[in-house]
Formats: sequence, structure tokens, C-alpha cells
Amino acid sequence: MAARAMWKGVVHVGTLTVPVKLYSAVQDHSVRFRLLHKTDKQPVKQQLVSSDSREVIEYSEVRKAFPIARGRLVLLEKEELEELEPEDSRDIEITRFVNIGDIDHRWYERAYYLGPDNSTKQYFAVVAALEKKKKEGIARWVMRDKSYVGSLRVEDGYLMLVTLRHAEEIIAADALQAPEGRALQKREIEMAEQLIEALHAEFDPTQFRDDYRDRVMELIETKAAGKKPKVVKFRPKLKETDNVTDALAASLAGMKKKAGSRG
Amino acid sequence: MAEEAEELEQPSGSRSFWTGSITFGLVTVPVALYPATRSHGIGLKMIGPDEAPVQRRYVCPKDEKVLDADDIVRGYEVEKGKFIVVTDDELEAIEPRKSREIDLKVFVDADQIDPIYFERAYFLVPGGGTNKAYRLLAEVMEKKKQAGIATFVMRAKEYLVAILAEDGILRAETLRFADEIRKPEDVGLPKIAKPAPADVKKFETQIAKHAKKVNFHDFLDGYTERLEKLVAAKERKKEDIVNVPEEAAEAEEGGGEVVDLLEVLSRSLGGKTGGRRPGGRTVGASPAKTRRPPRKAAARKTKTKKRA
Repeated sequence: MAARAMWKGVVHVGTLTVPVKLYSAVQDHSVRFRLLHKTDKQPVKQQLVSSDSREVIEYSEVRKAFPIARGRLVLLEKEELEELEPEDSRDIEITRFVNIGDIDHRWYERAYYLGPDNSTKQYFAVVAALEKKKKEGIARWVMRDKSYVGSLRVEDGYLMLVTLRHAEEIIAADALQAPEGRALQKREIEMAEQLIEALHAEFDPTQFRDDYRDRVMELIETKAAGKKPKVVKFRPKLKETDNVTDALAASLAGMKKKAGSRG
Repeated sequence: MAEEAEELEQPSGSRSFWTGSITFGLVTVPVALYPATRSHGIGLKMIGPDEAPVQRRYVCPKDEKVLDADDIVRGYEVEKGKFIVVTDDELEAIEPRKSREIDLKVFVDADQIDPIYFERAYFLVPGGGTNKAYRLLAEVMEKKKQAGIATFVMRAKEYLVAILAEDGILRAETLRFADEIRKPEDVGLPKIAKPAPADVKKFETQIAKHAKKVNFHDFLDGYTERLEKLVAAKERKKEDIVNVPEEAAEAEEGGGEVVDLLEVLSRSLGGKTGGRRPGGRTVGASPAKTRRPPRKAAARKTKTKKRA
């Protein structure tokens, strides 16, 4: 079944344009719970409440404020805040093209497919050109009063737009202090390298399944059938490795043995 | 409705989400997980007509009485209006035996993981007595450009996760499971058509013309800066300033125990308190220098549920 487009826009590549439709490329499969009132098992409502009187307040009566010090805030009018919002538009501007790999995982947020809107002529031309030039585009656009930055790339022969985190949202690792300690020994590093090499494989996400989701659904079915689920308390406690060198040596020895017995 | 549940679930930004261990081979490293991102616009608070801070509260659907956490249970809707209540203990009991462990059984080239999989980023900080195994893993993974792949359970949900190293710090990126990724045919995209060579050429010319190095200035939202400017201007003019009692401000923030994310992380990693601004080298010469550090208050409440 075809998915519904979430949004429509026009990609601008220099002087050229490509009309597109946006579709989510991911689908959340986690089990969705609702919060219920314990006594009557009815879904709770969310309300705004005054911290002073505990009275319920309507959203229209609420004003936004920015804290400037502890207990001190500047009130902002609705109109003032609206003025800060980016202007609505249908344009996805490609500000530049960069080499594939220049943007990495630290920035990725959420992936969308772009499908052609009506004509496929320009659409598959830009796909082919991106593939040939081995580039991805840096895109900027405004969608529902929010500005986005994204990477325009090719996935399986189609255009994909991956939203990227804004620079303001990222805490970069180099803003933090890495843990320090006595210099690592050459032998330890070598053994750790060997261990990682021995465990090296191709990335194959199909190897991993969300078994927990199945178990949660099983639990719900058991309870829905009026049966009592078994509840076993189990809190595994893992011990921190005291002697890293010995543990590495033992790991490598264990793996050699396994490989040997297989061959 | 899903978001309702999520909101109660998600702790404020700078508290650790999960503590457990990373295992590779027979080596076990205790770690704690912290979010590596914060959403913009987070500094805004709500003030009621009585000039008191406004809180979001769950109320009984019938009499609108404000409910405490103890009055609320989790339920799954099996049919319209019919819910099966599931307790935390029951959910915990069905966790995999190794749910407190991120067991890195597979290492892959970090650049092999397609961007489509990435979901959310966390920092891992050493949680044990020593940090040697942590440093060793970080050093080797970074040098070899490897990512360790595993699954683990956090807050009643199983995650696929990639552990990566950057500047001596380990990070965890939760990934989508393969069955959460849509294929072009699932979306209903049209069959791939061969474009006219002349059209391709036109795009190639434009791509070549605009090919440049990455500039992380492009990644700035600007909203936060515009907001801060507006606030500073009003503050100077002493316009629309309200004072709220300290207790109210604290109650609104959930106990006042939450401090700046950067500070918490720096402390946990064993370094000095957060002096440097996020985005130092990564963001090049951009916001770190042009913008002042975030106000403590602004960073205090990091809502994590922002999604496009």
C-alpha cells in the first residue's frame, strides 16, 4: 500500500527545480502504551496547572517566558515569538554539494524519501547526476514553522532527505574532557585490536531482532486472556573487569580455541 | 497519545538514562548513558495569568483532579476503550537476561552504517572504579574507525545500538531495527526511469558549480540566537519582567536537581566543569566564538521527544 506524502516541496539545485513529495522512511514499531488513571483505568488528560493555585489553566491564557536568572523571567508576547519563526515556504534550497562521507553520524536525525511530484523527468536526472558526481547536497527548508537542515542523497535509486541536527543542538565530543589515566600499554592496545578484528563483520541489521517487543505483546495477550503472567525478579549484576590485560588475553585464547574446533 | 506516555518516561536531559555495562570479549566496562543533543527553544517557560509558572500535569479525565505519579498506570489498548494494565515489574521481568549489558559481539566499519538507521545520540561515561578498559576500547575503535553493534533494553524498549568512539569518548547511537526501515516500494515510489542524458548533464553542471567544503554555518538554526537577542533587548529596557518564587521555579523544573547537561557530562567524565562550548572544533569557527555559552536555565530542561 502506498504511503501518504507528508509534505510537498520544490528542490532547488542552482537554477534547476525538482518538485517532490516527502515520505517518512522509518516506521516506529514499538509497543505504544497509554497512561491511565489507576482507579478507573481511563486515559489521563494532560492539563496546564498553575504552580501557585493548582487550578487548571487554558492554553490561551498562558504566556511564554524566557528565564534570565533563577526565579526571574522575561515575558514574550505571542506576536513577538511569531516574528522569530522562519517564513513558511515550499522551497528546499540546496546550499552546496559536498563529498559523500563529509557529514557523519553525529548529525543524522531522521530519514525521508523524496518522491517525484507529477513529472519524473527532473527527478531521475538529479538522482543520476548525484550518483555520477558522488556528492550529497546540503539542504535547507522550512516545514510547519520550523527550519530544517538536511542531506540530500541517493538511496536505492531514489532521493532521500536526511534531516540533520542543528549546530545548536549538538554537544560535540571535543567540548568534553575525555577520561584520563595512565598511558595504555602497547600490548593492551594490540590485544584489543586483535579482539576487535576477530569480531569484525559486515553491517547486517537484519541479524538483530526486537525480541523484547514480542515478549511485551505476549505479556499483554496473557493478561488479556485473564491469565496471570509469571513475574521473576532478575537483576543481573555484572562485575567490572579488574585485570583488563588478563581478560583480553583470555578472550583471544577463547576465540582461537573456538575457531580451531570449528576448522 | 504515544507522546503522553513518552513524556512521563523521559527524564530531563542531563540525568543519566541508563546505567549498565559494555562488554567486548571477556572485558566488562560499567557505563552510564547521557543524551548528546538538546533541542532548541527549550528555554521557554509557561507563565499563567496569575504570573505563576505553569506546569503540565496529568488529570483525571472525569473530575480533572490533578494526579500524582502513583495514581497513573500504563495500559495497552486491546480494543477501543479496553485497556490491559501492565506494571513496571512485569515489564522488567521479561527483559532479556542481559538487559543491563551492551555486548559488542560484532564490530563494523563505522561508515558502513547507512544514515537511515540513526535515531538518537548518547554519550557513554565510565561508571566504574577505573576507566582503563573504557579508554582502551575508545582508543582502538577510534583508530580502526570501528563501530560495535549490539542490542539492549532501556525503559521498556529494546534498542539496536552502535557504539562509536570520538576524541577518546564513547558514544551510543541508537539505530532503527531493519523492520522499521521502509523500502521505496513500501512508500509506493514510482519505478525508476532512465533520465535523458541532457537533463543529467544540466544537473551535473549545477552540482559542480556549487560543490564546496562542508560549512557548519549552514547547520545553524538561528532561532535560538534570535530569541536570545529579543530577550536581551527586553531585559535592557526592563520590559515585561516577572519574578517567581524560587520554590515555584524549582517545582516547575522537577525538583531543581537537574543542572547543565554539559556540566554533568564533564563531571562524569572526570574532567573540569563545562568550560568549552559545544561545537568547538566540529562547528569550526562558527557558533562557539560568535555566541555566548547557553544560559544555565536554558539548558536545564532538555525535552527529547522533538521529532520532525
